[in-house]
Amino acid sequence: MVQAAKAGPTKRRGKATPTPTSAATSNTAGGMTQEQLLQAYRDMLLIRRFEEKAGQLYGMGLIGGFCHLYIGQEAVVVGMQTCLQPGDQVITSYRDHGHMLATGMESRGVMAELTGRSGGYSKGKGGSMHMFSREKGFYGGHGIVGAQVSLGAGLAFANMYRNDGTVCLTYYGDGAANQGQVFESYNLAALLKLPVVFVIENNKYGMGTSAERASASKDRSKDGTPWGIPGEQVDGMDVQAVREAGLRAVAHCREGKGPYILEMKTYRYRGHSMSDPAKYRTREEVQKMREQHDPIETLRKILLDGGLDEGKIKTVDDDVKRIVADAAEFAQTSPEPDEKELWTDILLEAR
Amino acid sequence: MGATILMPALSPTMTEGKLARWLKKEGDTVAAGDVIAEIETDKATMEVEAVDEGEITKILVPEGTEGVQVNSVIAELDGGDAGHAAHGPEQPVSNAVQAGGETAQVAKEAEDYGAVAARGTARKEGAAAETQPAASPEPEKEWGETKSITVREALRDAMAAEMRRDDKVFLMGEEVAQYQGAYKVSQGLLDEFGPKRVVDMPITEHGFTGMAVGAGMSGLRPIVEFMTFNFSMQAIDQIINSAAKTLYMSGGQLGCPIVFRGPNGAAARVAAQHSQCYASWYAHVPGLKVVAPWSSADAKGLLRAAIRDPNPIIFLENEILYGQSFECPTDEDFILPIGKAKIERKGKDVTIVAFSIEVGLALKAAEKLAEQGIDAEVINLRTIRPLDIDTIVASVKKTNRLVTVEEGWAFSGIGCEVAMQVIEHAFDHLDAPPVRVAGLDVPMPYAANLEKLALPTVDHVVDAAKSVTYKK
Ligand SMILES: Cc1ncc(C[n+]2csc(CCOP(=O)(O)OP(=O)(O)O)c2C)c(N)n1
Ligand SMILES: [Mg+2]
Repeated sequence: MVQAAKAGPTKRRGKATPTPTSAATSNTAGGMTQEQLLQAYRDMLLIRRFEEKAGQLYGMGLIGGFCHLYIGQEAVVVGMQTCLQPGDQVITSYRDHGHMLATGMESRGVMAELTGRSGGYSKGKGGSMHMFSREKGFYGGHGIVGAQVSLGAGLAFANMYRNDGTVCLTYYGDGAANQGQVFESYNLAALLKLPVVFVIENNKYGMGTSAERASASKDRSKDGTPWGIPGEQVDGMDVQAVREAGLRAVAHCREGKGPYILEMKTYRYRGHSMSDPAKYRTREEVQKMREQHDPIETLRKILLDGGLDEGKIKTVDDDVKRIVADAAEFAQTSPEPDEKELWTDILLEAR
Repeated sequence: MGATILMPALSPTMTEGKLARWLKKEGDTVAAGDVIAEIETDKATMEVEAVDEGEITKILVPEGTEGVQVNSVIAELDGGDAGHAAHGPEQPVSNAVQAGGETAQVAKEAEDYGAVAARGTARKEGAAAETQPAASPEPEKEWGETKSITVREALRDAMAAEMRRDDKVFLMGEEVAQYQGAYKVSQGLLDEFGPKRVVDMPITEHGFTGMAVGAGMSGLRPIVEFMTFNFSMQAIDQIINSAAKTLYMSGGQLGCPIVFRGPNGAAARVAAQHSQCYASWYAHVPGLKVVAPWSSADAKGLLRAAIRDPNPIIFLENEILYGQSFECPTDEDFILPIGKAKIERKGKDVTIVAFSIEVGLALKAAEKLAEQGIDAEVINLRTIRPLDIDTIVASVKKTNRLVTVEEGWAFSGIGCEVAMQVIEHAFDHLDAPPVRVAGLDVPMPYAANLEKLALPTVDHVVDAAKSVTYKK
């Protein structure tokens, strides 16, 4: 079972340059080879199945507190991650399970954190909203809406300071995009030419408030205009479109030209958190997005149309199922944290 | 192999819910992800999705059934799993049961005390805050008939009553209008008062708090709801530097009648950034009043007084108490004075001072202590600033012993202030050093076992009372 957990997409890291494709093996749409597309399919499916399992465990009372699922938005993190190199950073809000899996964090450790067990990434002390992995460049996992945006600018400040060519992807929602510190961060990033890509995941709602009711700015990709920050609106349900725009944005940062804004048009299928009155949007609206714009289904069709053997897809599906089942098993058998952990990690010893 | 479909939990505090609707019937085939049913609680609706594929062979809970326990079997797929619920815990558990520690548990039993709380106890007339409106009633006046209502309803009724009374009062905050409140406290207010007076805000706490303070300075009476007080940290500069200090800086010209309200303290399993008590943060500041109700009567009477008060008020509610019922006076004019504590239980051996949800814990501890021959007096602070030190001192002069209880951290906490003032006013009456019961000095952990350890328990209070009375 350890094997299965490791066999996932987790070891792979994205590359910054589109891989040159050989005509024989590739479908060059969106600059992605058939192989890359299959990998993206697998990565998105892992997030989808992982989140479904998390929802199930929540319903059983094994996960507590707030739990925000990423179902529907998978193409955003999977596409963006393919644009990164080792050393680059990712930071986001509480809707973070997908980001963690995309950066290569292990399903087992993420799921065990959700159940509050010692095998979790924060030893069970952080929960769904607060996980981190310095090794994978994942800086959390933050519960205060908008706060991660200034922190992301700070990660980019350190990149500039070290001058090592690394880039920070700072993710936040359409609701968070209204917080004051986001605009302060735009100014700082532009002023100091920080290598940060601001990725707005516009899933149309911040809790029960639609983006139209929350912001007078209708095209969020233009929010950086006063500071000269270039921006684009992207179809966030299309992993190839995400990757294309991501490559442009990341290249801009690496060239030392400062920040870039990507507004991802996406959609969450589930409630804001597990508790959601579901009265602010219609069932038809959700159904339509699922049926006509699902990022995983769309890619699956592209793969099949491109001549991929259905058996190969089935193998990926089975593989993902196994990884998630293994993670769920681990998350239920990993012991609760030792009581001593209550008193650790509050301050470091000064030397 | 078959499987069972269990009643899911849809919030951190849910233990049961209503199975509102079946979207599939017996004999239907479902695939993973298909919506099969809708469930409801008083706060939310959720679609139940199938996690396994198969044929629904049996529906065990018909639609419309109320009070379905979380994790009970609601349907069977392909003949069920003959008792081998996949990975399911043996006993139905919900997040509410495993979380929130004993405090949450005790809160559920608070109803018994509610009747006592609402009836009130005979109280001496104290030095009322100079800002009390003349219309304010006698402290602990007999209000007559009572009715059992939840704290959530009490808060809503208080706002509605004051909004009817004064058209300068309005409510603003995130999800307060169309969504009916993130915790359903403002339910129905949009319908009654319209979008001009019940105003949805984007997630911009610093900005809208400043805006509300400005509106307050010009004579309106804003009620600002923070979805939780954790998010008031985004706005704390406007609360302290603008709302609390401007009256003084303007030589008395610019007061700011405003109420900042919302749930404070730990909920259940929501981890460090969402579980913190801000009582001592705000209580530190001259120019603010800080109120922390426990029962429905506290909530209703004190919120009405807060809205009428000409000063900035921090009104600290508690999410776990929202759904709890207590007896509350039905009198249309019912109101309670700010700045007056309440003796919830009379006793002679030890004074236990608590506020908000910890009052329930203190009363429970008092019961246990009574069994052991220790007669505890329990004081519900109701208002933290200005502190009703007269009531506390009078009690300590009688019992000669003091225990304070709070959910927040002990260091620089409310217990410190209470104990220090008792030392200042009644040092010679103390027969033992005061003891503080408080949340442990750590950020709130997520894990169920650790969270439980981090919060005060009945036994902590019992042990503290025994130590100050030198009983084993
Ligand atoms: C400062 C702050 N205010 C309010 C909240 C409560 N809250 C949590 S998520 C959320 C909605 C955020 O919406 P959006 O930024 O669009 O992200 P999404 O949930 O859609 O991913 C709110 C209001 C919070 N966590 N922090
Ligand atoms: Mg959103």
